[in-house]
Amino acid sequence: MFISSQFMLLFSRQGKLRLQKWYVPLSDKERKKISRDLVQTILARKPKMCSFLEWRDLKIVYKRYASLYFCCAVEDQDNELITLEIIHRYVELLDKYFGSVCELDIIFNFEKAYFILDEFLLGGEAQETSKKNVLKAIEQADLLQEVCSD
Amino acid sequence: MPAVSKGDGMRGLAVFISDIRNCKSKEAEIKRINKELANIRSKFKGDKALDGYSKKKYVCKLLFIFLLGHDIDFGHMEAVNLLSSNKYTEKQIGYLFISVLVNSNSELIRLINNAIKNDLSSRNPTFMCLALHCIANVGSREMAEAFASEIPRILVAGDTMDSVKQSAALCLLRLYKTSPDLVLMGEWTSRVVHLLNDQHMGVVTAAISLITCLSQKNPDEFKTCVSLAVSRLSRIVSSASTDLQDYTYYFVPAPWLSCKLLRLLQCYPPPEDGAVKGRLVECLETILNKAQEPPKSKKVQHSNAKNAILFEAISLIIHYDSEPNLLVRACNQLGQFLQHRETNLRYLALESMCTLASSEFSHEAVKTHIETVINALKTERDVSVRQRAADLLYAMCDRSNAKQIVAEMLSYLETADYSIREEMVLKVAILAEKYAVDYSWYVDTILNLIRIAGDYVSEEVWYRVIQIVINRDDVQGYAAKTVFEALQAPACHENMVKVGGYILGEFGNLIAGDPRSSPLVQFNLLHSKFHLCSVPTRALLLSAYIKFINLFPETKATIQEVLRCDSQIRNSDVELQQRAVEYLKLSSIASTDVLATVLEEMPPFPERESSILAKLKKKKGPGAVSVTELEDNKREGGELNGGGDRGPDTAAMAASNASTPSPSADLLGIRSAAPVGAPPASTGSLLVDVFSEAGPAAPSAAVNDDGFLSSAPPSEDPAPPLSEADELLNKFVCKNNGVLFENQLLQIGIKSEYRQNLGRMYLFYGNKTSVQFASFTTTVSCPGDLQSHILFLNVQTKPVEPLVEGGAQIQQVLNIECLTDFSDAPLLNIKFRYGGALQNLTLKLPVTINKFFQPTEMSSHDFFQRWKQLSQPQQEAQKIFKANHSMDTEVLKAKLLGLGTALLDNVDPNPENYVCAGVIQTKSQQVGCLLRLEPNAQAQMYRLTLRCSKDSVSRRLCELLAQQF
Repeated sequence: MFISSQFMLLFSRQGKLRLQKWYVPLSDKERKKISRDLVQTILARKPKMCSFLEWRDLKIVYKRYASLYFCCAVEDQDNELITLEIIHRYVELLDKYFGSVCELDIIFNFEKAYFILDEFLLGGEAQETSKKNVLKAIEQADLLQEVCSD
Repeated sequence: MPAVSKGDGMRGLAVFISDIRNCKSKEAEIKRINKELANIRSKFKGDKALDGYSKKKYVCKLLFIFLLGHDIDFGHMEAVNLLSSNKYTEKQIGYLFISVLVNSNSELIRLINNAIKNDLSSRNPTFMCLALHCIANVGSREMAEAFASEIPRILVAGDTMDSVKQSAALCLLRLYKTSPDLVLMGEWTSRVVHLLNDQHMGVVTAAISLITCLSQKNPDEFKTCVSLAVSRLSRIVSSASTDLQDYTYYFVPAPWLSCKLLRLLQCYPPPEDGAVKGRLVECLETILNKAQEPPKSKKVQHSNAKNAILFEAISLIIHYDSEPNLLVRACNQLGQFLQHRETNLRYLALESMCTLASSEFSHEAVKTHIETVINALKTERDVSVRQRAADLLYAMCDRSNAKQIVAEMLSYLETADYSIREEMVLKVAILAEKYAVDYSWYVDTILNLIRIAGDYVSEEVWYRVIQIVINRDDVQGYAAKTVFEALQAPACHENMVKVGGYILGEFGNLIAGDPRSSPLVQFNLLHSKFHLCSVPTRALLLSAYIKFINLFPETKATIQEVLRCDSQIRNSDVELQQRAVEYLKLSSIASTDVLATVLEEMPPFPERESSILAKLKKKKGPGAVSVTELEDNKREGGELNGGGDRGPDTAAMAASNASTPSPSADLLGIRSAAPVGAPPASTGSLLVDVFSEAGPAAPSAAVNDDGFLSSAPPSEDPAPPLSEADELLNKFVCKNNGVLFENQLLQIGIKSEYRQNLGRMYLFYGNKTSVQFASFTTTVSCPGDLQSHILFLNVQTKPVEPLVEGGAQIQQVLNIECLTDFSDAPLLNIKFRYGGALQNLTLKLPVTINKFFQPTEMSSHDFFQRWKQLSQPQQEAQKIFKANHSMDTEVLKAKLLGLGTALLDNVDPNPENYVCAGVIQTKSQQVGCLLRLEPNAQAQMYRLTLRCSKDSVSRRLCELLAQQF
């Protein structure tokens, strides 16, 4: 009964996983199976179809941005539209951080994509929804690393 | 914005990633990865100590390889080393690796926990956040054990930075979800509630998720959050779109927080305080009003965020189900969305309307949209939207529109997606039955169902049509005629052959007058299908044939010839061969009288809940149908299942036929439920007085009867519980459904479901006689401490109808809440008048403490560690007893699962033993329980040991369980 995601997946139109974040304990095997099945299901859908689907006992909310699909699994009672905007806000954060983000940025800087996600969503719940505050936290960390590595 | 390559650019990593991307084939990729893995391994094993940067780079490469989908079995130690680096990026990569590749090696966990501990006490907010993120990402039990008491302190400490508070709140939430028993409520809880008032919106956003979860489990402790949440919501809703600065999202003020506030309020009933309630209603009205305002932006993000709040507000309105005005407004708003050009909105409107349909205030308003919904079912291009439309049609169906809806669903079924056909079939079958006014329509519908989607018609569906036809003599002739016609089709579905065989075998005589369906024509028609059918269907047909011999002596010779031929009498299938041989013999030696008795028409089936509904529930998962089902109870009024108009002649027929053996084993499930021992109406009252199970009550009733009180409703004290009440109770420890009690007059069936500390029980009282029960009352008394008036269990119910017609069944719903652990079961007293005599009996309701179990999975190590922790002598209860039932492994497993605990494999070193773990949820506390059952097959004995965090629970569970095996 929270607005929380169970997991989040980013994958390309070719079905390659670019980022996966799991908020529920699952074995490696289960994760692989879930991602494989879900990627297939979503890629088979046509562009104008609705962004929500029932999948096993979960609700899947997804949206395509350029070559990447962003997909969130939430529980049955969760709010689909606000989840869709969770995805969008994450895209905005990536975009702002990388400066017009593209798939390659996420491939080559996957660790950054994870760090930004952790600042925004923790344990599947929105931790900080202000774009400014999330980016400030990341910037501070970037600053810290420069000081340290000098 | 910082350029990405700044500071930590790991060139080696970038080169490696490029290499992988340039690989032309999977093989090349694997080769490149193996080369890299070998390189990293040698670096890690090398004599030269690696510097922090290299370690970070290699750990990062390993992470990348893992995320590509390859297994990584080393590098954990190096990652752990990075945690204690004083360089931020190294620490950060270390934590990322640990979070992604969780490892259960206990030595590593100890090291990780140490590093986390250091960072948490570092007072450096950035380090503290990293450590908290790691705990929240991993969320293991070990971490909960180490940090569950520390994090609440960080969360409420006055000097904690906002960003750390946010992480701490969600970190605690994750630990609470994985190990609720380890997060202890305390002084911090009241301070957490006040975070709803925090100035920092981010802190409120994070904290509210935690508060919502805690409120669900401990609503009383957190109920002050309601007024706080309302005032926060009201401030947001009434703020101008720019007031909240960066928390405004596309001109919508704080959409995430608003949704979470509305969600939190759904944990509670409507506020009791008038002022708070007024304020909340105002908020909800404002939200509904805003939906009508022109959009402030054309961006889809604006409308999505706005509508997200709207849908959440509608959920709250539906949850309250008490404001007719708001419910109808919500429904109108959703009605607009049904025709919106955005597919997403149409989908959500259909979904949300499904729940509105079950509210008595908005059911009618939902129904006005029927044409739009039917249109959606026909024209939506997306199957998931069509599915929603079908669900909504099902939910909005009632007597007034059933024919239209069923017809539309049937026509949709012809082209429906395979993935939803079976569910659609079940739904059509249920609706057709529930709202059948004339049964010819029902029969037509089901036969159509079989014709259109025979493959998806499960056994339950065709069993049910037969039950209903058998029980209703007004439809039998029509059914025979219709099925005969349906069988004329050159290719008809096997399920049609089954229904046809059964019905013609029983009622073929009703249409035999017409030369077009003379006995021989009927037989030839059935037999023309015989060779294309599977063995079970053929067996059924053979039974139909022998019934034909009884119905139509003129077919005897033809049928005997068929039975006699080699393909029957020497059939390689034992069942078919046996039937052929036996039926042949029976038809040759038995006199017509004997034949007529043996092959008499099937007796009516006892009226009861449709098994189709059970199947749909199973398909949808528990809980999913409960709303509609509750609604069913409200509206249905016992149409078919109640069978209110079953005359005494039907009952008498049932009685006289009760011992007739059924020649058909195909409907075994049904046959076994055929009534036995329903007393004939004329002698019923006499017999009952002698045999009444209500024992002690009967004489006193007689005294009452003669006195001047005889016309008054039963008013005497409840009878003491039946002597076998405990035995009846014990039957239900490991199961939730079944017949609780049965005597000559009355049958009481039970269905129940439990979730956390709540339960719902449906009681079905069936009048087995043909005479009305008058003044029928039931009372439930709960166990509790009489002197201190403390209840242990709270059971709420509404009074039942005072009249139960002969042959009818009435239903009662009990809502159960477990307040604290208890030993005595609640008592159910039933009083009614049967032919003037007062019946008074008391049973124990099978609500036992184990019903409130939540299973807990744990490893062997955890189990024995916890076992040791529960070592105080009073925490343990043990019993050694003789096996009363089969010691078969599967039977035992089923019982232990039925108990509600998790059955843990590979925990006990002795594989013969069973160990289980679970947490009993009561309103006041949670009780962790561990169980060990050691069978000794040779001695036919068991040793049962329970260890629980509360000693009374150990004792009670031990008592209960010792009766089960």
